[in-house]
Amino acid sequence: MDFTPNNAERPKTNQEPVVVFERIEKSFFGVKVLQGVSFGVGVGRIVGLVGENGAGKSTLMNLLGGNLQPDAGELRVNGHRYTPRNPKDARAAGIAFVHQELNLFSNLSIAENLFLTDFPLLGIGVPWIDRRALRSRAAELLRQVGLDHSPDTLVERLPAGERQLVEIAKALGAEARVILLDEPTTSLSSRECERLFALVTQLRDRGMALLYISHALGDVLRLCDDLVVLRDGERVGSGATKDFTHDRLVSMMVGRQLNQIYPERRAPIQTGSSESMASPDGGAVLQVDRISQPGIVRDLSFKLGAGEVLGISGLMGAGRSELARILFGLDPFASGEVRLSGELLTGSPRERIRRGLAFLTEDRRQEGLCMEASIADNLALVGLPANSRTPARFLDFTGIQSAVTRMREAVKLSAKATDGQAVRTLSGGNQQKVVLGKWLLMEPKVLLLDEPTRGIDVGAKFEIYQLIHQLADRGAGVLVISSEIEELMGICDRILVMRGGEITGEFRRDDFDRERILAAALHSSKA
Amino acid sequence: MRASNSRPLLRLLDFAPVALFVAVLLVFGAMSDKFLTADNFTQILVQSSSTAVVAVGMTFVLLTAGVDLSVGAIMFVGAGIAGKMALAGQPLSLCVLTMLGVGLLGGAVNAVLVTRFKLVAFIATLATLYIGRGMGRWITQTRAMNLPDSFLALGSAKGLGVPLPLLIAGAVVLIAQWVLSMTPFGRQLYALGNNPDAARKAGLPTTRLLTAVYLVCGVCAGLGGLLALSQLGSVSPKFGELYEFDAITAAVLGGTSLFGGRGRVFPGTVLGAVLLKSIFNGLVMVQADPYLYPLITSSIIFGAVLIDSLRSHLMVRLGRRKIRVEAGAN
Repeated sequence: MDFTPNNAERPKTNQEPVVVFERIEKSFFGVKVLQGVSFGVGVGRIVGLVGENGAGKSTLMNLLGGNLQPDAGELRVNGHRYTPRNPKDARAAGIAFVHQELNLFSNLSIAENLFLTDFPLLGIGVPWIDRRALRSRAAELLRQVGLDHSPDTLVERLPAGERQLVEIAKALGAEARVILLDEPTTSLSSRECERLFALVTQLRDRGMALLYISHALGDVLRLCDDLVVLRDGERVGSGATKDFTHDRLVSMMVGRQLNQIYPERRAPIQTGSSESMASPDGGAVLQVDRISQPGIVRDLSFKLGAGEVLGISGLMGAGRSELARILFGLDPFASGEVRLSGELLTGSPRERIRRGLAFLTEDRRQEGLCMEASIADNLALVGLPANSRTPARFLDFTGIQSAVTRMREAVKLSAKATDGQAVRTLSGGNQQKVVLGKWLLMEPKVLLLDEPTRGIDVGAKFEIYQLIHQLADRGAGVLVISSEIEELMGICDRILVMRGGEITGEFRRDDFDRERILAAALHSSKA
Repeated sequence: MRASNSRPLLRLLDFAPVALFVAVLLVFGAMSDKFLTADNFTQILVQSSSTAVVAVGMTFVLLTAGVDLSVGAIMFVGAGIAGKMALAGQPLSLCVLTMLGVGLLGGAVNAVLVTRFKLVAFIATLATLYIGRGMGRWITQTRAMNLPDSFLALGSAKGLGVPLPLLIAGAVVLIAQWVLSMTPFGRQLYALGNNPDAARKAGLPTTRLLTAVYLVCGVCAGLGGLLALSQLGSVSPKFGELYEFDAITAAVLGGTSLFGGRGRVFPGTVLGAVLLKSIFNGLVMVQADPYLYPLITSSIIFGAVLIDSLRSHLMVRLGRRKIRVEAGAN
């Protein structure tokens, strides 16, 4: 056998990386999310994978974990072609995952979580757990990750940071050689982060290959040896970390030309931004004053003007959707107040709808629509009370029918769809138009939109943008939450940026700057 | 801030069934001087034995966030067939085996409906409940059967001075407790009930685990039916009726959660079963109006389920994902 490093089978480097992605392509419903991505993770290296929401990071991870299969391209592990069909295959190949949302069983002890599929037994074939062996083997793993707890401690008693370490201990217990960490620090305090980084570095020095996915660019730059930057499913940059700076990373992540078309925005009637706050009510339809909820949001204050389209930007987990849920009365808040047209806004969502508040949630299938019900029924849902005015509250079907017809035309619902057709059978774009139409029917004073164009084709997006502008032009305030900065820049008059449940930046339309908005979303100091 | 209030409250809820038990002993003890006697207590334990065995099986199912409403019907079918066999002169041992076999079969049907046809456990076992009761009535021709004395002898037999039904129930509890706490199967059940999605991702044999719990529950129902027969000595058309509610109540009173992943056979479920029977026994002792019984049972079920729901609510609150890491939290 010839062990010379440069033998014929390994032409490129003297040591092929443990994990290799080669020209990986993947599409969902005709939309390319990965377009020929190639990179590798070597032994004793920490490779950072960065990119905006939707750049393709999670798809890559799902491919590695066997949850998805690539359309084209090849995965290799230890030089062998690797085609996992399920998470079990990934585990067998020595790949372990530490996810953002942890997969531990909170009702079991640390030790039981570590050995759940592979309990040490008193004898081969005897289904009796060897508690002593379990405890000592778990203790050894806990020592390796520096966790000072009894192996018998229930996982539900551990704070988030320590659960993260248990996940890593689990990876070590499974004798993983590749560990993938997906946003491991989102729910950790800075001290817990330090502890995690020390452990990750130590694992690298022991010869493990680590893939680290994070939005926290400061951490990535400090921790990783190599970086891979993704944008729109393409690798737009890669190399040793020392060749990157924070600013360069940000511009690589966002540096795309606008490839979507947005309807032209006329100057808004009024805005609720800082300047107009000087006047007593500033024409604000919605005033949010220092609302806080422990663990969710802190000290949020802003105004939404009549006729204004206000965007809320931020990364996943910044608290944007939680804010919308609080405003709509779905979740509680501990202090502060919300005013609608100057009057205190309280009570159930039902009461808030009556007062003119509407909320299009981020999950139209689960929360926005009755999937099995017809288009007409879905459209008429919010408007029902207005169409049952007789003392006996009977429904006025003629009134409903005319409202449905009017709204179908207003939202430009596909002409092919009949009123009685189940919403389930519609395309995503048409479904979203039904949700929007449902709310527009009540002529809301304030419309909250959470990711209104997620998973929708470009044409339908444009029409939804138009509807948003039309509503604002009629004097309503519109709040748009979106993960796509370009979208917000395209349709909003003003953008607020959230991070960690706080507002960390405010930008006016003439002041929009992709990099500064992203910077505010990534770390508060630069806002 | 809220988290710090939730934990002690959770403790309090865990303690609630024990408190209720003590209250029951004190109240009935004060109202009747026959209640707190050793004889009466043995009587209560023997009466609890069949409910306890069925409730142990139910606990397995509840741990996976499922439910088995068909246990009473399984008892009825098993007792009907075994009764006919006994009257036809078959030996007792064969009758006993038949009852367990019917339980296993009933459990297998439930397991197939839940794992293969993906029916919600509540609906699947509701269907088998009606099928079972229908079959039982057909087998018995809705006539009460008086069984040979060998069945009653089983109920009054003693081993080492302990009534046989108690010995059998004790053995079942002991084995169940060992399985749940000491075997990989048991621990994996808790994991499955805690987070079925994560259990699948972790590579647990979820279909096998689910199948097993319905089999266990079926066999326990068969055995519970035998213990009930050994005390009644006859099979009436109402045999086993509403046993599913007694079993679920006993398990939930003992701290088993309807939401899965939480609960213990001992002391939990056993305590629940004994508590339930103590209340019935006490009501008889103080000669309460029989029409009050359903009201009292239903308020106990309501209380038990309310506590379970409160507890799950608190658990969710404690485990809620935090966006901000507040200083001083945790």
